Amino acid sequence: MSNWIGVCTLEKIIPGTGICALVENKQVAIFRPDLSEIVYAISNMDPFAHSNVLSRGIICEHDGQYWVASPLKKQRFNLVDGHCLEDKNVFVDVYKTRIVEENVEVCIS
Amino acid sequence: MIKMKLVIIGNGMVGHRFIDDFIEKANLDEYEITVFCEEPRVAYDRVHLSSYFSHHTADELSLVKDGFYAKHSIKVLLGERAISINRQEKVIYSQTGRVVNYDKLIMATGSYPWVPPIKGNEGPDCFVYRTIEDLDAIESSARRSQVGVVVGGGLLGLEAAGALKALGIETHVVEFSSVLMAEQLDAQGGQMLRDKIENIGVKVHTSKNTQEIVRGGGNARNTMKFADGTSLEVDLIVFSTGIRPQDKLAQQCGLKIGARGGVAINNQCKTSDNDVYAIGECASWEDKLFGLVAPGYNMAKVAVDDILGRENVFSGADLSAKLKLLGVDVASIGDANGRTPNSKSYVYLNEQESVYKRIVVSEDGKQLLGAVLVGDTESYSDLLQYKLNNIELPKHPDTLILPAYSGSGKVALGVDALPDSAQVCSCFDVKKSDIADAVVAGHCTIEALKIETGAGTGCGGCIPLITQLLNAELSKQGVEIKNHICKHFEYSRQELYHLIRIEKIKTFKELLGKYGKGYGCEVCKPTVGSILASCWNEYILSSEHNSLQETNDAFLGNMQKDGTYSVIPRMAGGEVTAEGLAVIAQVALQYDLYTKITGAQRIALFGAHKSDLPAIWQQLINAGFETGQAYAKALRMVKTCVGSNWCRYGVQDSVGFGVELEHRYKGLRTPHKMKFGVSGCTRECAEAQSKDVGIIATDTGWNLYVCGNGGMKPTHASLLASDLNKETLLKYLDRFMMFYVRTADKLTRTSVWLQNLEGGIDYLHDVIVNNKLGINNQLEAEMATSIASYKCEWKATLNNEAQLQRFAHFINSDKQDDNVVFIPQRGQKRPAFHQEKVSIYNIHLEKSE
Repeated sequence: MSNWIGVCTLEKIIPGTGICALVENKQVAIFRPDLSEIVYAISNMDPFAHSNVLSRGIICEHDGQYWVASPLKKQRFNLVDGHCLEDKNVFVDVYKTRIVEENVEVCIS
Repeated sequence: MIKMKLVIIGNGMVGHRFIDDFIEKANLDEYEITVFCEEPRVAYDRVHLSSYFSHHTADELSLVKDGFYAKHSIKVLLGERAISINRQEKVIYSQTGRVVNYDKLIMATGSYPWVPPIKGNEGPDCFVYRTIEDLDAIESSARRSQVGVVVGGGLLGLEAAGALKALGIETHVVEFSSVLMAEQLDAQGGQMLRDKIENIGVKVHTSKNTQEIVRGGGNARNTMKFADGTSLEVDLIVFSTGIRPQDKLAQQCGLKIGARGGVAINNQCKTSDNDVYAIGECASWEDKLFGLVAPGYNMAKVAVDDILGRENVFSGADLSAKLKLLGVDVASIGDANGRTPNSKSYVYLNEQESVYKRIVVSEDGKQLLGAVLVGDTESYSDLLQYKLNNIELPKHPDTLILPAYSGSGKVALGVDALPDSAQVCSCFDVKKSDIADAVVAGHCTIEALKIETGAGTGCGGCIPLITQLLNAELSKQGVEIKNHICKHFEYSRQELYHLIRIEKIKTFKELLGKYGKGYGCEVCKPTVGSILASCWNEYILSSEHNSLQETNDAFLGNMQKDGTYSVIPRMAGGEVTAEGLAVIAQVALQYDLYTKITGAQRIALFGAHKSDLPAIWQQLINAGFETGQAYAKALRMVKTCVGSNWCRYGVQDSVGFGVELEHRYKGLRTPHKMKFGVSGCTRECAEAQSKDVGIIATDTGWNLYVCGNGGMKPTHASLLASDLNKETLLKYLDRFMMFYVRTADKLTRTSVWLQNLEGGIDYLHDVIVNNKLGINNQLEAEMATSIASYKCEWKATLNNEAQLQRFAHFINSDKQDDNVVFIPQRGQKRPAFHQEKVSIYNIHLEKSE
């Protein structure tokens, strides 16, 4: 069964940026590309540097899809399926999200 | 093993080139190499000799890296002259009594300045222009002089005149024939050059036969008396009346001498003795002498190949040249005077803009024989290719020299028309095919091609052609060449800058809506963020701008590899008080930060958690510090030496000026980071000439250097203006900074920007000093606005409750990132490597189980 966990209110995330949340002891990067209510969640760990930094990357669009560029060495990770644009063998975990009454919720199990 | 003894007499440009080439091609274990170097220093760049006056370091001109000869076990006899050779015994005697044996001997003795036998030509005020010692002597004489004259209006003479002019004395040129540069130019071209030179204040006297130099005789120290009865009062005299091959040694040992002097050589550069070669200006090939460096380099290569048993021949050289003399562009190709029987000429003359162009073509109009260009040498490299490769001329050859606006449908020589064997760079003998191969091998920028092939690193005249070749080669490979910053904006950074300025666009969203498409990306967002900051200087973390910033700007610190940040408060000019140090020490202790002095003369604290940054900065700001902007693409700092306040040698207060400059320009967002340096005297302890802006004190003011760089590709800064007072210097700097902000590509340091700026430092000088583009008032006004609106970003952030919330690591917890782990090292700490973290983590797991 899906376990949805509330993280924060939507207005806490500045449109166009990401934040990091602690969800069941995991660091989750949550991105809000624009003013709309759509948010994406992936693992906060940069798999190249093994550092928890992805939430601090710049959200970008390539070929109609949203990505985040790692703030360390700029590798880009797809916000929908977690794959890395620079290295097809590298993935980050992705998590389901939803907005319930202005609250951002993530499901990691 | 018995080594072959190779001796080179002469360590000028060509002698050094021989060694360089030999090292590259030969197995050095088999040779014992000895070099006689008569001058007190090893080979240096004589072609750019006059630049010595602008920076005064012989090292700058040196062609030999420190320790280069020693590294290859080459014995250099510095300051030692070979005085005789015994070819039967194969020995050389030096003036110190040394005896050196040889198996093969290379004579690269160069030439000496020829001074006409004029009475009085040996006085204490008479000089020649050949070595660094000559230049030192001229400069020290110029300090005591008002008026100087160069005898000889050839290429070197005008170069020397430029040097006298730069030394600030009244400059005359006296020429025996009726035309300047008679070797290279026709009468009309020479006249045009004369007009231009006289316009900048050099007085030219042609058809003057100097008969005598008399001491005194008027207001100046000497009087020159001419055959036509006129005279000229001058303090110092520089003779530049031609060079003669230095063939004394060859004569002494009985080698065959050419008809016009010089050691006679064959196509392999061998003299009449099978074991003796001669190369460069001392050699005579088919009774021809070559006074340029390129043919000498070619001879060096041929001699190396012959010694190593490789086939190569010297087959003469093209003496075409493109130069800038006293600020005038001049070029000459082949038969410039149209002396070939039945040749025809086309001439373009524009007295309004002082441009003269002439091409000489064959009787049937199909081949280019020669050309003269004065005032505009843009078509030089195309014309040269027509000449060198015998490419058939277009139907109307005059289209090659008519200006573009004539509507003649100018036919640019497509690089495809060049044969693969076409020589692109004559200084380093690089062919079209060499460039093409290098591009295919992945060297896809001009800089990379320069390093790979050497092309364009001599006189630089071929760079436009190399650029064309590079672009042609890339488009062959299907690479589209455009400078759009990314898929979201079909504009270059410069174009976006103008759109933002002119239309007063204040946000990324507005710009994207008007001129872009899609959402934006990691390239265009920070680029536009930086331009917006340069233009309007608004708080970069406001809700409109926050999402554009790289993490360094977003959290006002430099992110390190483990996700922590560095903290670097501003220490303008490298000054810090004892109280300030105490606070920094206190903060470092309290937050357990790694402390280091940076390369920028300030203190950095590393390893700060994002969530601790506001508290750390609050303490620093309370103690009077402000942000150092070490995270930003902006002016980082001004490095200073101690200057005249303390230093025995300092002539100006470099620290004071550095502090003033740092405060003036701090915070301005620029296309890339910028570093300044200010030195209080010519000892240059602040290494200002390796900075984007370097300022060096003189007795009477400040010299302003720009566009230097340390880092990956060290670049010496170029002199923009000399002896400026502070007020003028600030004005120039305001303009320079804003012009760079306006026109540079994204993430382009000033050194690369200048390299790509068409017209280079001369153009930049024209823009900044002469207001060529008429924009200087605007640039100054823009800078004034920026200076007036400076705010410390950390102060603004600490006063903003909403901002402070962004610094917590988790939005839903006060915990810190437990993946940040440190290991003790040298009394401080460093981030743990991934492997170390894994083992620490496992220990934790075991303990908790």
